[in-house]
Amino acid sequence: MLAVEKLQENFPHDIIEIKECAGQVSVTVRRDRIVDILRFLHDDGELLFDHLADLTAVDWLGKKEPRFEVVYNLFSIRYKQFIRIKVQVPENDPRVDSVTCIWKTANWLERECYDMFGIEFEGHPDLRRILMPDDWEGYPLRKDYPLFLEEEQEWKEYKKLRQKARELAQYDWYPMLAEKDKEEAGSPESEAAA
Amino acid sequence: MAPTLEIIKKQQDEKEWDEPYFVNMGPQHPSTHGVLRLFLELEGETIRSCDPRIGYLHRGIEKLSEFRTYSQAMVLTDRLDYISSAANNVGFCLAVEKLMGLEVPRRAQIIRVIVCEMARICSHLLWLATHALDIGAMTVFLYCFRDREWLLDVFEMICGARLTVSYPRIGGVRLDFTDEIVDELYKFTEEFPNRIPEYETLIDVNRIWLKRTKGVGVVSPEEAVNLGLTGPSLRGSGVHYDLRRSAPYLIYDELDFEVAVEYEGDTYARYRVRMKEMREANKIIRQCLDKLAETKGEPVVAEDAPDLLMPFGKVKKPQAAPHPKKGYVVKGVEVPVVPEGEVYMATEVPKGELGFYIVSDGTGHPWRLRIRAPSFVHISAIPALAKGHMVADLVAVIGTLDIVLGECDR
Repeated sequence: MLAVEKLQENFPHDIIEIKECAGQVSVTVRRDRIVDILRFLHDDGELLFDHLADLTAVDWLGKKEPRFEVVYNLFSIRYKQFIRIKVQVPENDPRVDSVTCIWKTANWLERECYDMFGIEFEGHPDLRRILMPDDWEGYPLRKDYPLFLEEEQEWKEYKKLRQKARELAQYDWYPMLAEKDKEEAGSPESEAAA
Repeated sequence: MAPTLEIIKKQQDEKEWDEPYFVNMGPQHPSTHGVLRLFLELEGETIRSCDPRIGYLHRGIEKLSEFRTYSQAMVLTDRLDYISSAANNVGFCLAVEKLMGLEVPRRAQIIRVIVCEMARICSHLLWLATHALDIGAMTVFLYCFRDREWLLDVFEMICGARLTVSYPRIGGVRLDFTDEIVDELYKFTEEFPNRIPEYETLIDVNRIWLKRTKGVGVVSPEEAVNLGLTGPSLRGSGVHYDLRRSAPYLIYDELDFEVAVEYEGDTYARYRVRMKEMREANKIIRQCLDKLAETKGEPVVAEDAPDLLMPFGKVKKPQAAPHPKKGYVVKGVEVPVVPEGEVYMATEVPKGELGFYIVSDGTGHPWRLRIRAPSFVHISAIPALAKGHMVADLVAVIGTLDIVLGECDR
């Protein structure tokens, strides 16, 4: 593939691994050169990978070292070529340079990556949580984050909301439901026994 | 949330406003097509900056899928873009099949193209209905729903469901088309081209429609690509990027259809693209129906497809799984092992490019399932498109990008 050959020619010391899976080439590169390499792929006249199809991360907890991988899926609209670039990110220093200077669309994709994995993108103009609330604790898509949280770990606002719902239950239009809710709230032991 | 409230409170306290005016639009707003919240900074009625806040419909589909088998995860993809759920299912199945190296029978491929294009017409009709309603044309809404209803009835004949169909399976589709379905679709494709001019006469030369849409939300081709726009929103700017042609999947390379492209890059151009696409989709369904007659009686599920319990139809023996020795049993069903590897499969759904990036570690569950949702990227482009426009035009911009929050938040 032309893109891989060009990368090998221009960045001989920065390529760690080249792999092919299901007809798609993925190139693992060094973390500190990612912006240069992506800018080269974006700007080079014979490659023109101008469409950043996807930017995401993979958590390899217990499978691989270093733990995280940030994945860039690129597509060239003109030459109809696909390439995947990866960088490895260690757990104790989860930082990558931001590519918002090349693609504006990377802004939100990086924000989501930060929200879900806790990987920080240096040079990002506005790095904050996007899907989860601002005061959420933990990074949900990490492998050590449970699918169901224990009750004491639950989001604070959600606890408040449930409390409020209980207080407002006495004004409920459907007294049947309110009474049922009161029973549930009042006697957790009997429910557990059942 | 807290800083927003602080700003609004500060605004209320002060008697005179020299500073820009902050307005919170949404999440419950009729024209935001779901629970989208926009935080606007206004100067008079002109938008200075716009900050979309999302996540009100976040259900954690990516996390949930890691705890499910591939077949179980497919059901979740219905809930992404619930208006064109069949197209999402096909995209997911294609990704898994590409990873497994599974060959799908030709008849199943043709049926998949038909349901994809039906979903496209459904989605575009709903888009036109709501977009016109936002801008102030009430009548179009009624006509569009009349025709969408017809297609939903056909979906009901195909698989029993109208909205969240879950009809395709990994390795094929669940049920074969019966003769009644084919007849009904022939009737539909015969009639539908006559219906499109009905909408066009209502709004094409409507002075209000033209004033509200022409020159609103203009985006240049270079910027559109840079912002990550895909689908009709990108083709309205004159970029020939359609995955059905750029990276063909299923049998799209055998079909004769045009990629709809307009060059103005404004809301009106995107409207024209979608109208053209509906005609092309109708043409594709017609061609596929002809091809379907040639493959009558052939199977619709691959021999070595993962085993699934189906109410009726073909139920295969566990030995047919590709890796019978490594498979294991979940709730009485043998789950095949998907080989180690990773794949990014993008398909052209009505909204744009829907990509599934699947990383498999060699078990029956995906290690990581990433969904590249077009609506997510399109919402991130709203600030760039809306800057300098009036608040009323923002509604047109939101409408023209065709966003669905179920897909955006996942």
